[in-house]
Amino acid sequence: MTHSYLDLTQVSMEFPISGGSFKALDNVNLQIKKGEFVSLIGHSGCGKSTVLNVVGGLYQATTGGVILEGKEVNEPGPDRAIVFQNHSLFPWLTVYENVALAVRQVFKNTKNKHEMDEWIKHNLELVHMSHALYKRPAEISGGMKQRVGIARGLAMQPKVLLMDEPFGALDALTRAHLQDSLMEIHSELNNTIIMITHDVDEAVLLSDRIVMMTNGPAATIGEVLKIDLERPRGRVELADSEQYNHYRSGVLQFLYKRQHVPEEKVA
Amino acid sequence: MLNKNIFISLLGIDASRREGEVTEKKYDFELLKNKVIGFLELIGFTWFVPMVRLVAGEEPKKQLSEIISRIGLPLSAILLFMFIWAGVASNIKTSLGQLPGPVQVWEQSVGLVDEHHEERAKEKAFYERQEVRNTKKLEENPDAEIKIRPYTGKATFFDQILTSMGTVLTGFLLGTLIAIPLGIACGLSNKLYTAVGPLIQIFKPVSPLAWLPIITMVVSAVYISDDPMFAKSFVNSALTVMLCSLWPTLINTAVGVSSIDKDLLNVGRVIKLNWWTTVYKIAIPSALPMIFTGLRISVGIGWMVLIAAEMLAQNPGLGKFVWDEFQNGSSNSLGRIMVAVVVIGIVGYVLDWIMLTLQKLVSYDKAAVN
Repeated sequence: MTHSYLDLTQVSMEFPISGGSFKALDNVNLQIKKGEFVSLIGHSGCGKSTVLNVVGGLYQATTGGVILEGKEVNEPGPDRAIVFQNHSLFPWLTVYENVALAVRQVFKNTKNKHEMDEWIKHNLELVHMSHALYKRPAEISGGMKQRVGIARGLAMQPKVLLMDEPFGALDALTRAHLQDSLMEIHSELNNTIIMITHDVDEAVLLSDRIVMMTNGPAATIGEVLKIDLERPRGRVELADSEQYNHYRSGVLQFLYKRQHVPEEKVA
Repeated sequence: MLNKNIFISLLGIDASRREGEVTEKKYDFELLKNKVIGFLELIGFTWFVPMVRLVAGEEPKKQLSEIISRIGLPLSAILLFMFIWAGVASNIKTSLGQLPGPVQVWEQSVGLVDEHHEERAKEKAFYERQEVRNTKKLEENPDAEIKIRPYTGKATFFDQILTSMGTVLTGFLLGTLIAIPLGIACGLSNKLYTAVGPLIQIFKPVSPLAWLPIITMVVSAVYISDDPMFAKSFVNSALTVMLCSLWPTLINTAVGVSSIDKDLLNVGRVIKLNWWTTVYKIAIPSALPMIFTGLRISVGIGWMVLIAAEMLAQNPGLGKFVWDEFQNGSSNSLGRIMVAVVVIGIVGYVLDWIMLTLQKLVSYDKAAVN
């Protein structure tokens, strides 16, 4: 294929505000290959979530557009499953039912009841949640909720899995475990993933490419860093790796030297 | 591999394994105890919980002091109240004699129970007499026409309680049937809510006493039938209850539906739920706790309103009982009215308790309900 799998072309986004409009994104261009893990990193308010929501179809780009496997994206759909930061599980449904709601809707014409049941359990198995199928979100920890959120996303069998700061609200240890799980799943299923993060280590550890965004308004892609670390990656081994630290400082340089003080950029 | 182990212990699998090591019998007992406690907490009988723990032999000292504070404190407050009541009452002379204290009220309540039994006995005797008379008639002439006349004795206090509860439930159910669908519609459509918002705010604080004359006139103009299924007085008070009690449910439903987490709706959009599925799979379940909070307030208002409505509408019920006793003006009247006050309070409390239990049953966040 000459075209890339997911193609963002000249995406700009303007939100109407009182007395005019606010330009959140300006001319964002990004090509993503199938099976690639891409992180979006940048300071708060730089439009990372807007990019994700445009790909997810929740927002419509003002100009430009998104093409996934040769088809234009203009509404939300299960082929671009979203994992939200605050997990967004339905609190009145059990873990199993939360995934089942999505599976029954997405596969209502292609899977029978038994196959759906297997598929739901299989996906919860992937995120190591088989022991809590019939618990409600209020009865499990934040990390587990996020696991279920990921299982729900995976269960839709999306072409691209979109993750909006999936581990942002978790403590460091839980986050590390979830990152390991995510790497495991990614190596097993080879999903295409776009993840928003604030965490430089997380970005370097997980990604094939890190997309660094400039500060808003009119944010755009400042720099793209290719991470050529061999997989599988282990956080302990990488801590001493020169290459890893080189990538890490590259991202830090961008975030804190070139973006933190916008006045310098203007000068 | 190491990672995986940490993982498992973090997920709490370890804890459940430890539970399994406890001998099975003890485990079953623990399970039973926890089930009983869970049930008591669900139905709001939390003061029994320390008793259960005491029976299970769990920290007897702590449980005893818990029992003393949970039951002892309210009990001593009640005793103190009765004491003050008795003291104050003995100093107030009304035109109907002395204001009754707790003892006189207790005597009146016994009297009301006796009256109820007497009335039932009379009723039974009345039907038995007819039976005897009819058999005699049939013996003399097998073709004789037989009639059984219904007993028309006065309604006892307990009949009044049942009537009142029936009326309040009818009014409340009618109100709910209007309030919930309208509330959902308002919650889904901001425009509709903006449109009817002022109307809701204007009608909400209107007293039942103001509605009643209007309802009475409308009902007597519209509800015309030679053989009415419901008495007009019943329809009047039920409709008054409906009009006064539907507002909290309506407002809570609207707020509950409109304040759904946007991300939950976005999940619905991602999996492409249609409008109707979104409403009944996301909007309604998410608003259910709020809806039930509204229903609970509505029942409370309905019960308060009902007594006033019955007084004016002369619908048989507790309100009419109070009014009749007041008009009757015998030396027993004030005592009997006070019995009614206590009963009205207790029934209101029971209704609230039923709603609270239902609310806990449907609520996914148990901690949020109290």
